[in-house]
Amino acid sequence: MIIKIALSIGLLLYSISTFLYLYRILKGPTTSDKVIALDSIGMNLVAIVAMLSMFYKTNAYLDVILLIALLAFIGTVSFSKFIEKGKVIDRERDN
Amino acid sequence: MSLLHLAILLPFFAALLIPLIYTWTKKIHTGWLVLPIPVILFIYFLSYIPKTAYEATTASFNWIPRYGINFTVVVDGLSLLFALLITGIGSLVVFYSIFYLGKNKERLNNFYAFLMVFMTAMLGVVLSDNLIVLYLFWELTSISSFLLIGYWYHRERSRYGARKAMTITVFGGLMMLGGFILLHIMTDSYSLREILAAGPAISNHAFFIPAMILILLGAFTKSAQVPFHIWLPDAMEAPTPVSAYLHSATMVKAGLYIVARFTPLFAVSGVWFTVVSVVGIITLLWGSINATKKNDLKAILAYSTISQLGLIMTLLGIGAASLHFDSLSNNLYAAAVVAAVFHLFNHATFKGSLFMMVGIVDHETGTRDIRRLGGLMRIMPVTATIAFIGTFAMAGIPPFNGFLSKEMFFESLVEITHLNLWNVETWGILLPVIAWVASVFTFVYSMIIFFKTFTGKIKPYLLPKKPHEASLGLILPPAILAALVVIIGFFPNLIAAPILEPAVKAILPTLSGADDFSIHIGFWHGFTPALLMTIGVVIVGIFLYKTHRFWKPFLTVKIPKWLRIGKAYDNSMFYMEQGAYRLTMYVMTGWLRTYLNYMLFSFIVLVLGTLVITDSLNFDFSNLTQVTVVDGVLAAVILVTLIGIVFSKSRITSIILLGAMGYTISIFFVIASAPDLALTQLVIETISVVLYLLVFYHLPQFSNIEEKPKFLSVKTLLSIGVGITITLLALSAYDTTFYESISQYYIDNVYKEAAGKNIVNVILVDFRGFDTLFETAVLAIASIGIFAMIKLRLTKRRRKHENE
Repeated sequence: MIIKIALSIGLLLYSISTFLYLYRILKGPTTSDKVIALDSIGMNLVAIVAMLSMFYKTNAYLDVILLIALLAFIGTVSFSKFIEKGKVIDRERDN
Repeated sequence: MSLLHLAILLPFFAALLIPLIYTWTKKIHTGWLVLPIPVILFIYFLSYIPKTAYEATTASFNWIPRYGINFTVVVDGLSLLFALLITGIGSLVVFYSIFYLGKNKERLNNFYAFLMVFMTAMLGVVLSDNLIVLYLFWELTSISSFLLIGYWYHRERSRYGARKAMTITVFGGLMMLGGFILLHIMTDSYSLREILAAGPAISNHAFFIPAMILILLGAFTKSAQVPFHIWLPDAMEAPTPVSAYLHSATMVKAGLYIVARFTPLFAVSGVWFTVVSVVGIITLLWGSINATKKNDLKAILAYSTISQLGLIMTLLGIGAASLHFDSLSNNLYAAAVVAAVFHLFNHATFKGSLFMMVGIVDHETGTRDIRRLGGLMRIMPVTATIAFIGTFAMAGIPPFNGFLSKEMFFESLVEITHLNLWNVETWGILLPVIAWVASVFTFVYSMIIFFKTFTGKIKPYLLPKKPHEASLGLILPPAILAALVVIIGFFPNLIAAPILEPAVKAILPTLSGADDFSIHIGFWHGFTPALLMTIGVVIVGIFLYKTHRFWKPFLTVKIPKWLRIGKAYDNSMFYMEQGAYRLTMYVMTGWLRTYLNYMLFSFIVLVLGTLVITDSLNFDFSNLTQVTVVDGVLAAVILVTLIGIVFSKSRITSIILLGAMGYTISIFFVIASAPDLALTQLVIETISVVLYLLVFYHLPQFSNIEEKPKFLSVKTLLSIGVGITITLLALSAYDTTFYESISQYYIDNVYKEAAGKNIVNVILVDFRGFDTLFETAVLAIASIGIFAMIKLRLTKRRRKHENE
């Protein structure tokens, strides 16, 4: 019971946190702010999914947690590369 | 297939062989080889005369029996009269064309092939018993007439005339097909005889009048009745044998045939009588007035044909009244039908000869303009004689056959004023008056044709060729027709009993029971009103002819101003084309967003309209699950990102927000217990975002084309409309579950049958693996397509940073 209450509180807090990140995405003066906010939303999602799977008492979502972590990383890297170089995938260098 | 079928199709088969014959036999004029066909057919149809006087001959050949469409042929009096005209005048025209068309400079193979196809079509129209087969041949006459009018296709006027004739007659033909189909719906039969027999039973049917009007439209367009007469003068661009054959003697009478044929069915209605006789009499007057103002001989003859067809049409309309009187002894309206059939025959003879005469004049002098012609009597005495007979017969002067039929015409018109039916007693007096005026004009133009061409002074300096008498071959066919005009003028009863009587009995089947019905045409009737009218026509006509040059300018200037149907046709063609073009240009803007607007608008109207009309809007929220805080928060996140996407000013923000939304949706999948969906959604979302980044790198900045979103634009309204529609649809659909879900089966059998525990994956690859197969195919196609689009550049243009 305590766990349930704790989880609810946790979910609520993470939701608020997501909203605040969302505000940063919409508002953030530079693109880098937005990308960082998106990455953080990804991390928030990891936490939310973890708490949800505890809430539902299932381990079916552990894959999802792993995947979000992976994808958030890939996404952030590609965004960063886009911001820095203007493109995501480099062409082969022919010396 | 009986001999009768073969007789109809013989010219058609001949048409197939003509091109071969033409190339093999260069030395002989192809016409000589074609000539036997109509002659044989004429003799063959002559042999039907004794038989047809008593009964109709029927022959059937199954074509599409399942639909009741069979090539059934019936020879009765009316069909035989037409068949004799078609083959008889056809023989003469073929003979005439041998001398008219040069062997070396004309494409004779085309000419005779078209002509033979036309002959088959025409025979098929008059002999068919099946309405669909009749319609088939009817259209074949339109097409072959189109080909023949446009025979000299290098001339602009020929092409114009052919197109006009085609447009109008095919329009009428299609209307007639509609009428036939309505008849089929009413009687469940395509057989003309069966439909006529069912006549009284369907006269109160709701489709009766529409069918009548549609069939009449077909008949009027073909027979060049006002206002559909405009194609006939333009069809005069055809070679003269074609004009003589198609546009005076045979094809334009197909409409009369239809009217006569359907008289037993439709004449019970007053509409039929009114429409047919009124249209006929207007055509009669209009054609005769117009004929007097033309300078081209062929144009005069064209309008004269229109006028005479109107005359016959009027008589057929009046003849419809006869069906309303049972007693035959005083059935005077049947005489109108006799007059119609008689004049139909007479017109074919004298108009055929007149056209051929004009052809001779054209051939020998090089012009058809009456202002340049004159005084040809001395040079071309035989042609002049033929013209004299033809024109005086047309004017209705004794002793030629035109006089007799015109007398009968006047008699019928006088008689109609005594009719106590359909309020004729009030307006019926107009009919004889108009007819009399029209006859005066007929007299005038007949005199113009003869006297302006053959009398007066010869003007050699105006003539392109030095005139001389035509060869015997050109003279012979019109001479034969002129001889017929005279012979029938003197001995009308030669054809009355064998040919006219069965024809009248076919038009008025109620007469066939009465044996005492017989036609006797005599010269002298005593001092009837009709005779007085004829005398009046001659006196006033002579006066008008003498003063023709004074009132002719008045006609040419005044009348066309207020009613020019030809101009109306041209304008309507022009504006229809323009209108269609403008409509297309207006609707098809080439902008995808316009088409999307059309689609979304139709979607809203159709879906919302259906929901409202069928009263399907229902909102029952009793079975909804509880909304948790997490649901609400996620929905709020999605809403915020959505609004952000719509109003964001740079693409990169839109992409990031789109990614955020995709991730949130995957959390929805998590909440809704769909881990596989959540996994896939996450991966796909990431890939899409990366792809967007790839693509958008090449695009210009958003701000370049930035515009403030207007709140009341079409786009906003449509998107709000679509959102509302979908929401309402989803809410209404939610509680309308009619059947139990089938998912219990999968839950029960996922392990038992398919040895799997992941129900989603088992459905994807086991229960419903076929979908997966083709979705895999879609992905394969997409990837190959992308590869091809990137690699395959057929244009030489190369980008700087190309890999290779």
